[in-house]
Amino acid sequence: MSWFVIQKDLPPRKRAVLILLSFVLPIVLWSLVSYVPVVWHPMMEVTDPGDSPYLEQGQLIKRDIFDQENKRLLENGDAPIAGFRANPVYLPAPHEVLVAVYTAFKTPPRRPSEPWLHQSLAHSIRVVFYGFFLSSVIGVPLGIFCGVFSFFSKLFEPFFEFFRYMPAPVFGALAVAILGINDGPKIAIIFIGTFFQQVLVIANTTRQMDPSLLEAAQTLGAKGPTLLRKVVLPAVAPTVFLDMRILLGWAWTYLIVAEVIGTSTGITWFITQQAKYLVYENVYAAILLIGVIGLGTDMLLAWLGRNLFVWSGGKRGPFFQFLHELVTGPWDEPFTFVQKRRERNACN
Amino acid sequence: MHAIELPSYKEQSPKVAERFARLKQREVIMEAEGISRIFSSEKEEITALSDVSFKAYRREFLSVIGPSGCGKSTLIRILSGLDQATSGQVLLDGKPVAEPGPERGMVFQGYTLFPWLSVKKNVMFGLEVAGLSRATAESEAMQWIDMVGLADFASHYPAQLSGGMKQRVAIARALANQPRVLLMDEPFGALDAQTRAKMQSYLMQIWRNVDITIIFITHDLDEAVYLSDRILVLDAHPGRVREMVEVPVEQPRSPAQHLNPEFLATKNHIEELIHPPSEEEENLPMIRMTTVQDEIF
Repeated sequence: MSWFVIQKDLPPRKRAVLILLSFVLPIVLWSLVSYVPVVWHPMMEVTDPGDSPYLEQGQLIKRDIFDQENKRLLENGDAPIAGFRANPVYLPAPHEVLVAVYTAFKTPPRRPSEPWLHQSLAHSIRVVFYGFFLSSVIGVPLGIFCGVFSFFSKLFEPFFEFFRYMPAPVFGALAVAILGINDGPKIAIIFIGTFFQQVLVIANTTRQMDPSLLEAAQTLGAKGPTLLRKVVLPAVAPTVFLDMRILLGWAWTYLIVAEVIGTSTGITWFITQQAKYLVYENVYAAILLIGVIGLGTDMLLAWLGRNLFVWSGGKRGPFFQFLHELVTGPWDEPFTFVQKRRERNACN
Repeated sequence: MHAIELPSYKEQSPKVAERFARLKQREVIMEAEGISRIFSSEKEEITALSDVSFKAYRREFLSVIGPSGCGKSTLIRILSGLDQATSGQVLLDGKPVAEPGPERGMVFQGYTLFPWLSVKKNVMFGLEVAGLSRATAESEAMQWIDMVGLADFASHYPAQLSGGMKQRVAIARALANQPRVLLMDEPFGALDAQTRAKMQSYLMQIWRNVDITIIFITHDLDEAVYLSDRILVLDAHPGRVREMVEVPVEQPRSPAQHLNPEFLATKNHIEELIHPPSEEEENLPMIRMTTVQDEIF
């Protein structure tokens, strides 16, 4: 079968190969630029300054300057400079970044008052969490209410629709004036960036709900709050959960803006600091970590979703099956995993 | 063409006539009194129903049939309370109804099972809303699930069931509330012919075994004649009562009766009511797509 089929899934092995390639290709490209001296390498790293008065060992200079200087030295009968082709300091090789991911955690901060990398990371995660949590506590119920009641929809949505066009970072100065220079304004920026979108997105999700389910519930005697609790909430839960995963990604992008407001903190502070010291492998390591944390959280949430909403096409894993049985029974039968183990033992 | 001689649909055998006499002695469960429904928009007013009145007696199977646009779905929505009549009223046991309630069970064409609940939990829904304890609700729900023959599927989710099974769950769910009347809005419309026939005999069985009045919307003539005691035939634009037809076919029904003279006569009569024979056949243009060697006609 061809690799290019319109609107059809490829067989599992081809899929796996492509998924692997999507990560391997950028790394191969990076390695090519880093390890093959004829590709790019616009600089020369000096190994021996020779008789040159202003060069030192380990210095990076441009190739044309290197050639000029050598020409001059040779004409004067002095010892020439020795060196090899290198990349600029802002492009470290893959192995250097990989090592940095480990060493960055082990290197103490330059000043004792400054945080370690893990403290910076924890600080960032805390800020995103508070911002996103506060936004969700108000935004999710409000969004669902807007989706269900025209009253709330007309009362809130027009203004939110207007407000969301004002980029959250423009409120930075205001937030600092009101909330001080510490974490307050940062959490506020993430809140502003997430909240308005959240209400609108979740309201829309709720409106997409199949209205005939509400009618069916009414003919079965459900009314008012019961309808909301027993029909609307479970019906929209999986889609709202999916929305939340996407919104959490947005909250992370606002983090980088939020962290330079007031006192610079967290992972952004770490990155700017390391760039100042020209330790670019640490910069790359920190950026990589943000990506890993983001992807990790998303995969975790996706897994949680599959287990929570079994009815919408997911599948309950053994752990959640155990939790489920713990809560709902059946009380007079052993847990499924116990049964399975017994069956396995019986086979052996 | 040779026409088959059919008796008039109005001729009832003594047994059938006696049955109808008894039926009309029974109490009236649901009554529609001069129901009209006008949908008005800024541009125009559309009269969907105009002065529709009828009575449904206890344990009666009453079908509503009519051409598309006759407002039969609007009618059943008004009977269930999901829609309000512009004028006229619906009486249940003599009392007017205004909003949906569990004493009028409803089965929709689109199943409308709650996809996040198992079959058992779906049937328990109305019972729990009514405030029954979990254990009572569970045991009652299981009885109804048993009756529609789905005991083995009690813990399945709706997505794991076939269309016919879903509709059986929907029927069990509506009946679990012990409604006075079961309203069915083209319940078998989305099923294939075989499943449909099976579901019809299921429904007949349930109706015989349970004290329930059924009001059944359909656009399928065979289905209406096969299932019903009486058939309310509606006209379209606006939806008006054309005739209340008493089906002269003996109860209990069986598939073999599809070929009875009374059955065919009734079907024929309703067919003529709904689709009056048009004066001339419309002539559509003929297009030749290939050069035909021999003439087909």
